[in-house]
Amino acid sequence: MTKPILKPGRKNPQIRTVHPTLPPAYRSRKALGFTVAAAEGRFCLQRCDDCGKLTYPAREACPACLSMNLRWQDVDPAGQLIAETTIRTSTNSYFRERTPWRTGTVMLDAGVSVLAHIHGDVTPQGRVRMIARTDKSGKGVMMALPEKEVENMADDKQLRELTCDPKHRRVLITDGRSDVGQAMARAMVNAGAEIVFVGLAEEWRGFPGQAAMTEIANVEIVPLDVTNTTSVQECAGEIGGKVDILINTAQHTRPGGIMGRRDVVTSRDEMEVNYFGLMRLMQGFGPGMKARGADGVNSACAWVNLLSVYALSNKPDFGSTSASQAAALSLAQCFRAEMAGSGVKVVNAYHGPLEDEWHQPLPPPKVSPNRLAREVTGALQQGLEDIAIGEVAVDVRGRWQEDAGVLEKELTQIEGM
Amino acid sequence: MGRWDNKRQPYDSVVAAVPVSVPYQRFTPDPAHWWLARALGDLLRGAGLHPADIDGFTVSSFTLFPDTAVGLTQHLGLTPRWLDHIPMGGASGVVALRRAARAVQAGDASVVACVAGDANHVDSFRNMLSSFSRFAQDASYPYGAGGPNASFALLTDYYMRKYGATRADFGRIAVAQRANARRYAPALMQEALSLQQYLDARPISDPIHLFDCVMPCAGAEAFLVMRADIAAELGLKTVKILSTIERHNAFPDDPVQDRGGWAMDKDELWDMAGINPDQVDFLQTYDDYPVISMMQFEDLGFCAKGEGPAFVRGHDLEISGSFPHNTSGGQLSVGQAGAAGGFLGLVEAIRQLTGTASDTQVKGAKYGVVSGFGMINYDRGVCSAAAVLAKGSQ
Amino acid sequence: MSVLTELAASLASGAVKTVDLTHTLDPDFPVMILPPEFGQCARFRVEEVSRYDERGPGWYWRNFSCGEHTGTHFDAPIHWISGRDLPNATVDAIPVSAFVGPVCVIDCAGEAAEDEDYLLEVETIEAWEAIHGEIPAGAWVLMRTDWSKRSGAEYLNMREDGAHSPGPSAQTIRFLVETRDILGFGTETVGTDAGQGAHLSPPYPAHYILHGAGKLGLQCLANLDQLPATGAILICPPLKIKHGSGSPLRVMALVEE
Repeated sequence: MTKPILKPGRKNPQIRTVHPTLPPAYRSRKALGFTVAAAEGRFCLQRCDDCGKLTYPAREACPACLSMNLRWQDVDPAGQLIAETTIRTSTNSYFRERTPWRTGTVMLDAGVSVLAHIHGDVTPQGRVRMIARTDKSGKGVMMALPEKEVENMADDKQLRELTCDPKHRRVLITDGRSDVGQAMARAMVNAGAEIVFVGLAEEWRGFPGQAAMTEIANVEIVPLDVTNTTSVQECAGEIGGKVDILINTAQHTRPGGIMGRRDVVTSRDEMEVNYFGLMRLMQGFGPGMKARGADGVNSACAWVNLLSVYALSNKPDFGSTSASQAAALSLAQCFRAEMAGSGVKVVNAYHGPLEDEWHQPLPPPKVSPNRLAREVTGALQQGLEDIAIGEVAVDVRGRWQEDAGVLEKELTQIEGM
Repeated sequence: MGRWDNKRQPYDSVVAAVPVSVPYQRFTPDPAHWWLARALGDLLRGAGLHPADIDGFTVSSFTLFPDTAVGLTQHLGLTPRWLDHIPMGGASGVVALRRAARAVQAGDASVVACVAGDANHVDSFRNMLSSFSRFAQDASYPYGAGGPNASFALLTDYYMRKYGATRADFGRIAVAQRANARRYAPALMQEALSLQQYLDARPISDPIHLFDCVMPCAGAEAFLVMRADIAAELGLKTVKILSTIERHNAFPDDPVQDRGGWAMDKDELWDMAGINPDQVDFLQTYDDYPVISMMQFEDLGFCAKGEGPAFVRGHDLEISGSFPHNTSGGQLSVGQAGAAGGFLGLVEAIRQLTGTASDTQVKGAKYGVVSGFGMINYDRGVCSAAAVLAKGSQ
Repeated sequence: MSVLTELAASLASGAVKTVDLTHTLDPDFPVMILPPEFGQCARFRVEEVSRYDERGPGWYWRNFSCGEHTGTHFDAPIHWISGRDLPNATVDAIPVSAFVGPVCVIDCAGEAAEDEDYLLEVETIEAWEAIHGEIPAGAWVLMRTDWSKRSGAEYLNMREDGAHSPGPSAQTIRFLVETRDILGFGTETVGTDAGQGAHLSPPYPAHYILHGAGKLGLQCLANLDQLPATGAILICPPLKIKHGSGSPLRVMALVEE
């Protein structure tokens, strides 16, 4: 049985912070397909379109019929551990620092045997269920978990390397003024976060829910305005060294596209928050988190971007906001590259229209702030990097993955013509 | 086994000769080129030949990058009319032998120098592991980066559960080899090893413990394959090739490897050799972990599948024992000099069958078997090979 | 001695002192809040360009951005729809003579402390005039409320029904414009109108009436408690922004000891 992780004590200021090291990061281009699926938490193997053969590791051609048509597809994650080892020496610094490390061979019910990380609660020769996740190098790996939930399972040392569980961690919600920010703060407290810093811009104007949020235990309001470089720098200077998870809830959403607006004032506000605000946060908090990617139980572990799914393809009635979200997505990609090596995951949570004042005239389905918070919390606990929240986001993202060109034509099609 | 009849021709008028081992070193700054050159020089001196006399050349090395056998011809001043680069790790020796033998037999070459060698700098092993193969990079190295220790730990764990082998069974192999190594001066590990010491060793990757593992080092091995008449003219002691096999990616659907390609080809091996396992005077297996030697006992037909543990309990594996095995100490005690490890057993076998094995000589050795195993591409060794050799010439 | 020579001597001797009536331009200083579907006043923001570093080794400088109505600022007549067709209604066209002149300060600090929605009425002006004399034509009139001493949320004093802060009634502004022909009107609050000015008739009367008559506005003033009721000279030149509707500015006064 996994022992629950205890709340870490205060850091010894005389001890050097452990420099993040990484598990092996190089993958072939084909294998990156596994990483893409793992980032979404999908357990996929290549299957041959022509003969149906399931194959692993990643190949260019089917070893049964030499078809080139291999596609990553979800497969049954059930299996059995048939051989295992506990690695006690490794040539790789990351594993060397973390030995003993349990790995094994799992025979999948689907008919393929695979090498995987093994959860401490899997019994020898036991039944398992596989998960696919990105590891500290950002690349996909598989891990065998006990078939059924066991107590404190998430606290398994090897599993926690793959997840970003808020338990015992310190979280910064960048904007608490919105319902989303407040729901996120409550969700993080409920998930066991040690402290939840909630950024508040323009303290000189109050907002609904302010009193209620201030009263939540473990919530600490901090001045933070993502449109103000000085404010971000000051906040990062004050608490940047103890932000383990940053969730950027600052968003500026307005309906409207290009010609209906006559000017760029509103668009500039969108960019100021959604793009420059994000960049200021990255410049302010990124370096500190990057240095703390291996800082013990409450290491820095995740940076969460809440992105409109229309960052992927423009939704013209929110066309300008979509553009700013696309800019944010592109920046997030750059940030992922710059954070690579730290072990800190950059999580992109794509959502559909929110249940807020800016989408009030839109028909359902919309995403409630509570659902958004719940799914982001779940993604952190599970260690996912790319998630779609709400029916619209799942649908749009799925169509984008299938054919980005067709999606653009669909989204920009004139109604009824 | 295949679709077509694959009856083969015997290796007429071809012999192996001049076994060369360049003494190993744990770490040296010298590159693979240095080691390969040393081995080739020893070969030529041993045979009384000049570089121009070598018209065939095979090279096996992991650390020669960016060069291959091609670059080495210019580097070493050879002008061969037949050239091969054999990147098969532990199977390289037997594969080099059989390819060179056919080239000589067909007249494509007269004298082939087969060399293998590797450097070992302080960080060579880690570098080699991290770029060993695409499958390893994609699907095994990221899982603990335990290297071959972890891969063979899984094979060992599986084998132990399936066939009831114990650590002591594997210990018998390691301990006997250490005893043999104490009679082979170049072996890097000369300290006596008891079964208890073997059992008490620290775990490396359970159930693999310290004395199941080979020590990476630098070194080189080499031999000549040539026309029998030329060998006679030069007055060289020679070895006859009775039979060889080679197989890659055998039994791909076995969930964990508990048999090698030899199991596919052993009948053909013995048929072609014209002898049976009982007549063999010694066996040189590829022994980067004891479990794989045990599999070779089974898959080459010295005992049935699953009887490996009983086989090692029933035999003395030392030089003077009932089943002399890895008479120079094998890689477990001599060290693993990269691709040279794939030549170690073959070169020792040539010494045995030419009567030049000195302190490790098996008395009256007439027939010997050498087997090779190589390349953990992902979760198992892909290459297997074996040869039955006999004392003398045609 | 010429007037200016005398002034210079008085400044040097301290007989005339200068009083800064300006808040520091600070990103955290409140601005007017409009319903979010409208365009918003840009906050004051600064981005460092270099500070003796690789971006500029020997010099420190920054870019700043803000709205024309950010911080202590000036309202030109064209700011309001009522003044849109007037001549010389933009900051670059207003004669500079308008930026220096006599100033009358009506002290409403006590009343504002009592009533955050306090409206300055004509009777109060008349009572003030009974003591200090009639407001001369062409004068600046400033409404002192000590609101500038408030900070944070207390300043805008936003509630669910909007801001609550003092200002002039429509009648008062009409009186000052039509009967006294003032040059401009200034306040310590974020606008020349009361926080609830939208609910007066006309809505935002100070803006509507002042600018409709070509008069000027000043807001977010500070230190009005350091001015005498009469006798000081106000200096308030806005930035010369082409077609500007207003501008942040440094406002100061000359006060005789």
